[in-house]
Amino acid sequence: MQITVNGKAHEVDVEGDMPLLWVLRDELGVKGVKYGCGVAACGACTVHIDGVAVRSCQVAAEDVDGEVTTIEGLGQPDALHAVQAAWVAQQVAQCGYCQSGQIMQAASLLAENAAPSDDEIDEAMSGNLCRCGTYPRIRAAVKAAAKTLQEG
Amino acid sequence: MGRLRTYSRRAFLIGSAAVAGGVAFGVYAVKKPVDNPLADGLAEGAATFNPWVIIDADKITLITPHGDKGQGVTSSQAALIAEELDVEFGQFETSFGQPAAAYWNTALAADLVPFMPSDESRTANAARGIAGGAVKVLGVQITGGSTTIPDSFVKLREAGAVARETLKLAASRKTGVAVSELKTANATVILPDGTALKYTDLAADAAALEPVTDVTLRDQSTWRMIGKPMQRLDVLAKSTGTQVYGIDLEVEGMVHAAVKVNPRQGGKILGYDASAAKNMRDVQKVVEVTGGVAVIADNTWRAFQAADAIEFDWGEADYPAEQDSHWQVLSESFTKERLDKKWRDDGDVDAVITGEGVVEAEYRSPYVAHAPLEPLNAIVLVEDAGVQVWAGHQIQRQLQVLVAGITGHEQDEVIFHNQFMGGSFGHRLEFENIKQAAEIANQMRGTPVKLTYSREEDFAHDFPRHISMGRMRGKVSGGKVEALDLSIAAPSVAASQGARAGLPMGGPDSQIVAGAWNNPYALPNYRMQGYRAPELAPVSSWRSVGAPGAGFIFDTALDELIHAAGADPMAERIRLMQHETSRKVLEAVAEMSSWGGELGPNKGRGVSFIESFGVPVAEVVEVTNTEDGIKIDKIWIAADVGTVVDPVNFENLVQGGVVFGLGHAINCEITYSDGMAEQENYPDHEAMRLYQCPEIVVRGLENANHIRGIGEPPVPATAPALGNAIFAATGKRLREMPFNKGVEFV
Ligand code: FES
Ligand code: FES
Repeated sequence: MQITVNGKAHEVDVEGDMPLLWVLRDELGVKGVKYGCGVAACGACTVHIDGVAVRSCQVAAEDVDGEVTTIEGLGQPDALHAVQAAWVAQQVAQCGYCQSGQIMQAASLLAENAAPSDDEIDEAMSGNLCRCGTYPRIRAAVKAAAKTLQEG
Repeated sequence: MGRLRTYSRRAFLIGSAAVAGGVAFGVYAVKKPVDNPLADGLAEGAATFNPWVIIDADKITLITPHGDKGQGVTSSQAALIAEELDVEFGQFETSFGQPAAAYWNTALAADLVPFMPSDESRTANAARGIAGGAVKVLGVQITGGSTTIPDSFVKLREAGAVARETLKLAASRKTGVAVSELKTANATVILPDGTALKYTDLAADAAALEPVTDVTLRDQSTWRMIGKPMQRLDVLAKSTGTQVYGIDLEVEGMVHAAVKVNPRQGGKILGYDASAAKNMRDVQKVVEVTGGVAVIADNTWRAFQAADAIEFDWGEADYPAEQDSHWQVLSESFTKERLDKKWRDDGDVDAVITGEGVVEAEYRSPYVAHAPLEPLNAIVLVEDAGVQVWAGHQIQRQLQVLVAGITGHEQDEVIFHNQFMGGSFGHRLEFENIKQAAEIANQMRGTPVKLTYSREEDFAHDFPRHISMGRMRGKVSGGKVEALDLSIAAPSVAASQGARAGLPMGGPDSQIVAGAWNNPYALPNYRMQGYRAPELAPVSSWRSVGAPGAGFIFDTALDELIHAAGADPMAERIRLMQHETSRKVLEAVAEMSSWGGELGPNKGRGVSFIESFGVPVAEVVEVTNTEDGIKIDKIWIAADVGTVVDPVNFENLVQGGVVFGLGHAINCEITYSDGMAEQENYPDHEAMRLYQCPEIVVRGLENANHIRGIGEPPVPATAPALGNAIFAATGKRLREMPFNKGVEFV
């Protein structure tokens, strides 16, 4: 089957029920997307399908119906997306393992809602677990990114 | 002393070593040198030592041997070297290096001796010295106990200074300019006329020199990095998905493995049927490992799927099958025979705690999982000539020993490539994943095997934080706390963990009572006894180890007595605190939180003080009792580590520790049924989510004489502070974690 990741089309030969997460990680070598729980409880595997955040561990390969963007496609170390720039400036990461998912979730939130309230941030971000407890910095970074994006 | 000889085979003095045309600098501030990790790769006759700095014609590499599980110690170790070496972030690379006795942990000893960290007496310091010698002789390289910074603080700055002065000497020889005329900055030696000679260009010259070891460390007032906000070296990679963790690594020709091991920990595998699994797509084979089997496939998910398709007949565990029996065992452990040690015996509790008004209570602290977000994994390649292991681990040399024991190699034939870790909280002090990967790879010599745990396997085979039970009797009079008689029973985490690691530990287990015996209060009558329960489910060090359980028990008991006395929880703690540095920490949170001010309706505040790994920590929690349950509004926390190396990372780690402590106190426990952990994945053991996270105000104090680490110490005081706040808001005293057994949370 065909699957488009970060603007590039790939032909993959996998079972229809293989989760997108594992297609990305093990078949296509896209490692920014992480495995944390496999049951939609941690958000480490968050990617965008047509710009909307989804848990890639819950999307079967055969159900991928749009273009997939992973953290690698959002921005790169020398060309950061505003959300990533905010994550760097706020020094959010500890172990960093959850942060790809956090950033993809935040980018999706801000694409939908340019000026989220505190409650809206809490709601959008609470499906993403951070075992290291970087939540105060995640909140600050989402707000900083929202500001940058609005100032355009 | 026979042992020492084997470690002194290559008894070189501190020296320079030629490394592929470059030079390695190091320093070793004790009398007997230890084998050098780079020695094997060096030319015959090269002087050698334990290097932290390697410079060749192309680049500067700083060795940061402590494992990085998110606490940022790669950056802080590098910063300590860079401070004296005069290199900036961006001008060097870092490497975890190879495991070596030279990287023995100089700070571990402080927690191996039965003296309170606030005890600066000669006896206490002498005992620390003896324990330190043992750690050195054994060459224990470990990242744990929040020791990275205390271990590194002097020796890494010295390593930087030795390198700098030797490079200056090389520049002086080359140019004829006196060393005293030379300056260093930005990885260059600067001549009086402003000419800058790159360190990399001086490396070959420096390699030929005896290093300059007579160095003086710079005064704190001149530090340009330490104590200032730093941008962690890994922050860019960790914000762009480009940080590579062990789970992301690929080695040419590798296969993927998933294991299923008896969820009754330590139990046997009596039989299994893998016929369905073997017929699944791209499954190569099924092999046996200790206590279970492994499936080999070409993809992680296919390996997981096939492992799930195997039917098993599991044997029994050797601990009680049901959780109630575990508590029963603890409850029966408060006996003379099981007394591990009487840790405090101040005043005369027996005389005081009698008659009317004796306060009594019992407390429980549950098993809790580590569950780092990156599931455990390892890649192992076994070949006849040697073994390679790629994984994130905290006890590097013991890993080599255990792998060598499985494959039949010598320890030094096991090459270990340490990796950045997606969290640990103690789980990566354990070896099961490494041993299993080695067992599999040993049956497939020549093929690299990558073992990845499913989250379910990670939970089933976690060795959780130990359970503990506390019993308190106390007495108050005249508005003051008069007496506390506290007993805590728990299985020994040191014994359980040490046995698995092949590092048996003797003596009383201070972690049964950590957080309870060592708080420097001057209660007029205080007895604190640890009871060593029989081993139950296998347990392991969990971020701050004994103190989250025993500290919760201690501080909740103290709070109950303070309330019984009708005293103010803050004022009474400050009155009782005899240790000045600790008292200042309490005074700091009182001031930060404006303790004693008017609170809104349905609000309550609690305070707690726990000393953990030598760090006094005080916290104030404010909660509101809402219609939907308890809402945690705000936390103020102060801690004294002596010197804060990086204030940004300090704040992040303290906030993270608070979130960790609160989240698990609210809703996490591991319970056993039919010998298996009942919690299988995060929905069963969730901890804190972002919407529950309060504002967390942090202050780092620097009054203490010794520098300490901050990874673990913020954790223990959080749970009791929260419980005390809930009591203040609701009148309900929570004596058992997780607290959601007693109250609802928003
Ligand atoms: S791995 Fe998909 S939500 Fe956890
Ligand atoms: S930074 Fe470690 S899990 Fe979020």
